[in-house]
Amino acid sequence: MATVAELKVRTGRRAELALLAIAWGITVLARGLVDYHAAFLELDELGIYAAGAAVLMLGSHLVLRRFAPHADPVLLPAVFALNGIGLAMIHRIDFGYAQYRGRDTDFGTAQIGWTIAGVVAAMVVVLLIRDHRRLRRFTYTAGIAGLILYLLPLVPGLGLEINGARIWISLFGRSLQPGEVAKIAMVVFFAGFLVTNRDTLALAGPKILGLRFPRPRDMGPLLLVWAAAILLMVYERDLGASLLFFGIFLGMLYVATQRISWVLTGLALFAVGAVAAGTIFSHVGARYNAWLNALDAEVYASGTSEQLVRGLFGMASGGLFGTGLGEGRPDLVPYAESDFIIASLGEELGLTGLMAILALYLIIVQRAFRSSIGVRDGFGKLMAAGLGFSIALQVFIVVGGVTRVIPLTGLTTPWLAYGGSSMIANWIIVGLLLRISDQARRSAQEVT
Amino acid sequence: MNEPARRLSVIVLLLFLALMAAASWIQVVDANSLNQDPRNVRTIYREFGNFRGPIVVDGRSVVWSDPVDDPFNYQRTYEDGPLYAAVTGFYSVVYGRSGLERTENELLNGSADSLFWTRLGNLFAGEQQQGASVETTLSGSLQQVAADALGDRAGAVVALDPSTGAVLAMVTSPTYDPALLAGHSTSVVNENYASLISRDDGPMVNRAIAGDTYPPGSTFKLVVAAAALESGYSPDTQVYAPQELELPGSSATLGNYGGVECSSDDHMTLEDALRVSCNTAFGDLGMSLGWGVVERKAQDFGWGESLEIPLPVTASRLPVAPDDAQTAMSSIGQFDVRATPLQMAMVASAIANDGTLMRPYLVESVRAPDLQIIDTTLPEVYRESMQAADAADLTDMMVTTVDSGSGRGAPISGVEVAGKTGTAETGTNSPPHAWFVSFAPADDPVIALAVIVEESGGQTGTTGGALAAPIAKTIMQEALRLDREGEL
Repeated sequence: MATVAELKVRTGRRAELALLAIAWGITVLARGLVDYHAAFLELDELGIYAAGAAVLMLGSHLVLRRFAPHADPVLLPAVFALNGIGLAMIHRIDFGYAQYRGRDTDFGTAQIGWTIAGVVAAMVVVLLIRDHRRLRRFTYTAGIAGLILYLLPLVPGLGLEINGARIWISLFGRSLQPGEVAKIAMVVFFAGFLVTNRDTLALAGPKILGLRFPRPRDMGPLLLVWAAAILLMVYERDLGASLLFFGIFLGMLYVATQRISWVLTGLALFAVGAVAAGTIFSHVGARYNAWLNALDAEVYASGTSEQLVRGLFGMASGGLFGTGLGEGRPDLVPYAESDFIIASLGEELGLTGLMAILALYLIIVQRAFRSSIGVRDGFGKLMAAGLGFSIALQVFIVVGGVTRVIPLTGLTTPWLAYGGSSMIANWIIVGLLLRISDQARRSAQEVT
Repeated sequence: MNEPARRLSVIVLLLFLALMAAASWIQVVDANSLNQDPRNVRTIYREFGNFRGPIVVDGRSVVWSDPVDDPFNYQRTYEDGPLYAAVTGFYSVVYGRSGLERTENELLNGSADSLFWTRLGNLFAGEQQQGASVETTLSGSLQQVAADALGDRAGAVVALDPSTGAVLAMVTSPTYDPALLAGHSTSVVNENYASLISRDDGPMVNRAIAGDTYPPGSTFKLVVAAAALESGYSPDTQVYAPQELELPGSSATLGNYGGVECSSDDHMTLEDALRVSCNTAFGDLGMSLGWGVVERKAQDFGWGESLEIPLPVTASRLPVAPDDAQTAMSSIGQFDVRATPLQMAMVASAIANDGTLMRPYLVESVRAPDLQIIDTTLPEVYRESMQAADAADLTDMMVTTVDSGSGRGAPISGVEVAGKTGTAETGTNSPPHAWFVSFAPADDPVIALAVIVEESGGQTGTTGGALAAPIAKTIMQEALRLDREGEL
């Protein structure tokens, strides 16, 4: 008979503290370099920045020590490091706009505010949701909320079209991206729905070519999500949000049922929808063309691929080691602080820096999957995997768009890009992952 | 659900590998072509942001960069712009580069491999990348005198140092001011450029090396004479020189300039034939030698090959497999024979330098920003054009031409000048081009040059001897003065 013994376990909080120190160093150093190159380095101002960063990091560390002592120790430092790099870059782009474009922007300061709000939101999640399983009760509430949030930009008078995509809403004079929050609600909904219905979805169905395919009557949810994704693509003119939404669902469906046939069916459906949309709706087709023939003189002259190509120019000029923070010209790329922050980072930090950033994302995602495997309940497993996969997919869609792996879309780069909705939503994801990982690692360490 | 979660994490890894591969492609493999894309303003901005090195004539900068307070950081400034435009070219935000600004770009902007250590030093010192200075072989005063002598007539002058191949003067007319294109206001530059290229007289064409090549006319007789000397003729060999030469396989005949007869008994020495520039004699000589012999000799002087001095030089052309009549016409520098003024200066230079043709060059040396010389052009033999004895004979014949022949516009008192005139028909109703090819002093040349006045500057009934020879004389006098004062 297995015994449960009292064990002195390693929580990893000390490792977290050490890693946070590194993240803090990166954050402060990057900011200092930017100020130095803009000939604007004031040590007392940098000191305040450093102190603020320390308070934020130590504060969240202490919250974890007290309320989620077994939480994954790598997650928080990795996210803080990304966030710090993003803050420095956005601050640098403010300088670039002022120096070369005559634009007086202060995205940097606003983003500091969003960061604080994001970290606080994550900690509130850790404090409020003491057990992630309680979220299962809100499965359908989350589903409906998510759907409404996704559809909000389509409401006349509320929705806002920026840069061709209708994924913003205007509220109290601010523009918000409800899709970012909807993403979390959808993960909760999918997790709750799939954990209940996985057996039906997983086991029944005809076998074709050695693969067990779903029964037509079980296809309902898939078709519904698919239709929603296609609607998103067509009406919000945003391939990214729709791909993300549908991709998260497929990924979670696969984790829940372990059936590759679902994925294949879903991918086929999405491909059909995407091709049809590209043929029928000119704005979707134009995006494909701008992607495939970006450097073509005619396409470039029409303006559809100009932003993409300018981003490529920026990254190319960065080369292997980059121009150095503050030494490039990221201001030459439209939306250098948000959609194209990856191109800005590629220019000034080089391929080396870009690889490091991608590696940080990969670490965060792999930590999420590790929590998914470690946690015992199916709902938690699905949620952790879903959240992790959502980050991975979002990064893939944005960075893939900038690097021409897939067509360009209007999603934000988690924790890096300028934008409040995205910052807060992605920090909430961190809070949820910390909470689930706390449970996963505690249970793993309690059993001997 | 652990197994699919693991598999999904592998899929994520694959997605990220795709991103990393794409980023590597853009930032490393494809970076060079993206950076060189003309639509990439970043490259221009960055280049303009660097301190670009000057272009130097006689130890004095004629092109340099001044710091200015705009996004480009530096303004390219041209002193005596029109005088040196043919050599320096322009450096424009909108239209890129030309001339030495183009060919020496990597040195001027500091990105050349040879400046690696300088760049490394700048990097450690935290300084900005700096360009090297390019020192030309030009003589400022000779360039000025040549430009003044040519005046506002369309044409070109190329002067070489026959013993080294250094280009002492390169003038093309009409010219333009590169400063018109160097401004940072796109609209102004566009307007200036449009008005320059819309002009019929082509001010941005470098006639000396890269314009439409010209028929060399009688100056080509030097090449035929060199071929004859090599084939065993001597200056005293009697050649056939009728008043009119029948062209085989054609009802046309070849006559002399103004229909005059070269000799009363239809025969004369080779020397006299060159002296009076007898067309019938050289037409017949070309046919007797055979085109192959003339062609080989022309190639020995550089025909048929383009050069980089480092400005690209258009290859001078020869007819392909001409028949006898065409051979006769070609031997007096008509039909399909074409030459750049530089090519004709090279002919003079080879004869002047005992038959050895030096490779022409425009860049004397390159200095790193710390003034250390990082590259010096060493004179280099380009072709052994003819034997020294033949060259001496031909020199004597050219001296006679200046003393008592068609080149009487050129003699300088106290100095022996070797020269040959040319009056090249252009086939249209416009006046012929006036040529003069010469070097001085004949026994120890310091300068070899070619002068061409396009369509004789609009004058009719004139010859190379009357029009181009005095220009050449003025330039040679200046060269001799400079030589005496040790400035050449």
